[in-house]
Amino acid sequence: MAEEHYLELSENPVQFEHASSVNNVFFDEANKQVFAVRSGGATGVVVKGPDDKSSVAFRMDDKGEVKCIKFSIGNKILAVQRTSKSVDFINFIPDYPHTEFSQECKTKNASILGFCWTNWNEVVFITDQGIEFYQVFPDKRSLKLLKSQSINVNWYQYCPETAVILLSTTVQGNILQPFAFRNGTMSKMSKFEIELPVVPKPAKLSLSERDIAMATIYGQLYVMYLKHHSRTANSPSAEVVLYHLSREGSCKKSHVLKLNTTGKFALNIVDNLVVVHHQSSQTSLIFDIKLKEPDCALNIHQPVLPARSIHPYRIPLSGPAAVPSQPPVPCQLYSSSWSVFQPDIIISASEGYLWYLQVKLPPTVNLLQDKGKLMDFLLRRRECKMVILSVCSQILEVGEKGSLPVVATVFDKLNQVYKDYLEAEQSYTQAMESGPSRGSAAQKRPVRTQAVIDQSDMYTHVLSSFTERKGVSHKFIIAVLMEYIRSLNQFQITVQHYLYELVIKTLVQHNLFYMLHQFLQYHVLSDSKPLVSSNQELILRRRVCGSVDAPHLPLSPSRARLPRRAGYVHRFSVSLLNCVLSGVFAAVSGEHVPTRTPAVPGHAEASVHGQRRDHRGSAVEAAGSGCAQIHPQRRWPRQRVCAEVPGRGAADRRPDAVLHGV
Amino acid sequence: MLMISPKMASGMQEKQYTPSLLSFFIYNPTFGPREGEEEKKILFYHPSDVEKNEKIRNVGLCEAIVQFTRTFCPTKPAKSLHTQKNRQFFFEPEENFWMVMVVRNPMIEKPNKDGKPPTVEYQEEEMLDTVYGAVVRQCYSMYKLFNGTFSRAMQAGGVELLMQKLEKFFYRYLQTLHLQSCDLLDVFGGISFFPLDKMTYLKIQSFVNRVEESLSLIKYTAFLYNDQLIWSGLEQDDMRILYKYLTTSLFPRHSEPELAGRDSPMRPEVAGNLLHYGRFLTGPTNLKDPEAKFRFPKIFVSAEDGYEELHLIVYKAMSAAACFMISASVELTREFCEQLDSLVGPQLTLLASDICEQFTINRRISGPEKEPQFKFIYFNHMNLAEKSTIHMRKTASVCLTSVHPDLMKILGDINCDFARVDEDEEIIVKAMTDYWVVGKKSDQRELYVILNQKNANLIEVNEEVKRLCATQFNNIFFLD
Repeated sequence: MAEEHYLELSENPVQFEHASSVNNVFFDEANKQVFAVRSGGATGVVVKGPDDKSSVAFRMDDKGEVKCIKFSIGNKILAVQRTSKSVDFINFIPDYPHTEFSQECKTKNASILGFCWTNWNEVVFITDQGIEFYQVFPDKRSLKLLKSQSINVNWYQYCPETAVILLSTTVQGNILQPFAFRNGTMSKMSKFEIELPVVPKPAKLSLSERDIAMATIYGQLYVMYLKHHSRTANSPSAEVVLYHLSREGSCKKSHVLKLNTTGKFALNIVDNLVVVHHQSSQTSLIFDIKLKEPDCALNIHQPVLPARSIHPYRIPLSGPAAVPSQPPVPCQLYSSSWSVFQPDIIISASEGYLWYLQVKLPPTVNLLQDKGKLMDFLLRRRECKMVILSVCSQILEVGEKGSLPVVATVFDKLNQVYKDYLEAEQSYTQAMESGPSRGSAAQKRPVRTQAVIDQSDMYTHVLSSFTERKGVSHKFIIAVLMEYIRSLNQFQITVQHYLYELVIKTLVQHNLFYMLHQFLQYHVLSDSKPLVSSNQELILRRRVCGSVDAPHLPLSPSRARLPRRAGYVHRFSVSLLNCVLSGVFAAVSGEHVPTRTPAVPGHAEASVHGQRRDHRGSAVEAAGSGCAQIHPQRRWPRQRVCAEVPGRGAADRRPDAVLHGV
Repeated sequence: MLMISPKMASGMQEKQYTPSLLSFFIYNPTFGPREGEEEKKILFYHPSDVEKNEKIRNVGLCEAIVQFTRTFCPTKPAKSLHTQKNRQFFFEPEENFWMVMVVRNPMIEKPNKDGKPPTVEYQEEEMLDTVYGAVVRQCYSMYKLFNGTFSRAMQAGGVELLMQKLEKFFYRYLQTLHLQSCDLLDVFGGISFFPLDKMTYLKIQSFVNRVEESLSLIKYTAFLYNDQLIWSGLEQDDMRILYKYLTTSLFPRHSEPELAGRDSPMRPEVAGNLLHYGRFLTGPTNLKDPEAKFRFPKIFVSAEDGYEELHLIVYKAMSAAACFMISASVELTREFCEQLDSLVGPQLTLLASDICEQFTINRRISGPEKEPQFKFIYFNHMNLAEKSTIHMRKTASVCLTSVHPDLMKILGDINCDFARVDEDEEIIVKAMTDYWVVGKKSDQRELYVILNQKNANLIEVNEEVKRLCATQFNNIFFLD
């Protein structure tokens, strides 16, 4: 059976000393650091971060049991909470006094639930009676209260990416109050209510901290609520409800993820996918909130893929005790000692590991039968390019009945993304050209994600090998190529010449000259570049005048317009001409029906006049030489055509390298 | 049967007769080489009620002429024989099989006074060999399209079968020959292509490919709109004759009920299908009919090893027609037809309205000023593309032209001149009636323009034609 585990733990976990009676382990979500505090810090604090740079080891005095310990951003200041009244600070900036200083919470009789660093020197205390926002002055070893707000707090959550703190208020705990922090300011966002499945009587705290998580998905902040099933509320299974939290405006319930089961769950966000771990079945589900379910009401989502467990993980034995022959020990997945943090972190404190959860795309290909949906899914993933290309190859390989509409759908989806990128790129270029004077907020250059699959990708990885594969009917090959060209045209993307060449090659190989002729006639194999239609003219002139260059015809101005491309213009012309010439000669002419579409006449000259080198490398005037070389051969002088134009930059030659290399 | 021209000439009772078919026969001299067995040579003779001896005499005469002229040029046998009253056309499509068509020359009957019988004046120069020679060749091609070659019938069932087939086919076909309206277009035997933008064309491609993929029985597909070709999966020569059949016979036969309007009783029941307008032009008229027969006409097209026999399914939705060709060895069932109907019907309906929409947009863009005020015929030997603004829409019965037959004759003459030489040339003719006729031959293309400009001189005419080329044929390469 094919590999089906589409989730895996990162190969290089962060290792730390596992939790024990003498070693307390803390995790800071903001800096993604694990603190191993031995004997209250007296025998050492080891901080391990995602990379070696953020790893630190130090000692501090044992002043009681540590409740919480966190570095400020950039490891500048360490904050340690040991009591419910105060937090202690230690400078980690060189040349600053290292002595601890302490800050008590301002509200009397309040107890500190926790604290969060929102900047390198800004910290927020969350107490059961409100929040207090401080600025830390490490040089003066003091703190200044910037702002505070009184509010009854049951528990809190912090999203470091967006610096938003979410407070659970009221007796039931289901009114959530978010606060946003930015550059020394604290702003209260509008509060919202989480709908509880059952309203308890008498009222008691019913919304647990464990059932709420905050994360950014597709650039938007969401509050995720794990809504457990309840017998009374007539909901057969648990679901995850997503509340969209926007900086302005209210918080709206936006998505519902159906889990179709009950039990203990944990949430992660990986590559904008919501991953729901189910402990009792030891499996995980993934949801893509951008994937629309056709048969569901808006924004109710079913899992994208069937539930599968995380890929089995083996812990390599390390340390001096490790014997090389000893096999790695399988790690118990979904263990009850696991702690899950946002967005993609899983920690096993008892074993001393921190993993990042990852999505593996290749296994998804076989699990999702609907190829259109699969494409929608893959196009939104980070490392999708090769997987998408392999899916394309796979669809073409199967070649079963009715796969053409699927192929068309897939091409359209790819080209939609491709087109969006091209448009963004174009408007960026235009904005740049129009100058910074008019440019408002500096436009960002569009990022080319892996989902942008251009024609050269398709050609290199899919189409060229597909057309050369044995046992595929030429009908299907041509149908696929035409489908791709159709799709490109539909999105008004200029078709690259090597695709045309592929079509022509296939047609010529199967003696389908009449089809070729019809394609030329309807401009299907032209139009996008003047040089293509020039070939038709060329062939014509060849027929009419007996030579390709027809010296009596005037030079076209197009030559002046295409100086940079001239190299491959004529290479292409010659090679397309060769395609057509090899046997087709009598059957093909560049003929158009008298349609009213404007033609591009007179480009032939651009491709034949001008300097060219013959295959021995000496410069010759092009007059007549092109045809003299091609004509007697009547074959595909590929290497020759390629070698004819030396001295082009590698980048310039790329499309041809693709062409002739394969 | 004499066809009387609708046009009565100047004289009060002067009567003009157009060319008409006198006889048409097919023979093979090797079938009755001995004396007394001459009748065996004759495979088909029209009109059939001619006395046996006369048939034998006529066939013998043709045989003799061909045999005799062969001595002068063994490689090119005689093509036609001109006599005062009629003209005979010879054609040997397969070895030793001869087709002969005898056409009576057009004539003018002038009444004489005093009750004397009228004088008949034969206009033997008014007919063009090229036109009627092409008609004979077309007869054969059409026979071959539906029956295969003569020798195929011989192999299958000997002379008897061949004679049966010939009788069956030509009895009906000859009635549809309208010799009086044959002209240059018959010489060309071209295909009119539908002008279309690239995107819509690609959509049609996509449609054809999808249908061929999901109904893998389909071997070839052709797509037409408004009786004009858009796509042919068949080879050019086969498409040429199929196109002729579709546009001059099949489509006109079915267009009349369509024109009759929705609620007319003439309109066949649309099979209760409101989802699409698709229907079969060949085969079953109503799929729902339990008695419906799923028989389609069979056609023969060239293949790598000789010819292949195919079912011809013509399916139409609004103005779009798709021809699907399926190997004749497969028996077509009701299930297949239903599958095809449900798959093709909705898509073709959609496509037809798409094309129509695109076409109107294009027409609006190009504007009325570009509407052809010229009368011209264009033909390209390479892709058989033809375009004529001289001919009205073809109907089942007649092919109407909007110009005088004399001018058509001039066009034919110019064409003959072009055919004689291989080089590009241009011929400008001043006709008797203030008309200028310009013929232009450029490589494989021919263009004929008729201009009606009183007092125009040669230079002006030349300028005018240049202008026409620039507006109507701006994307076609003409050598000057």
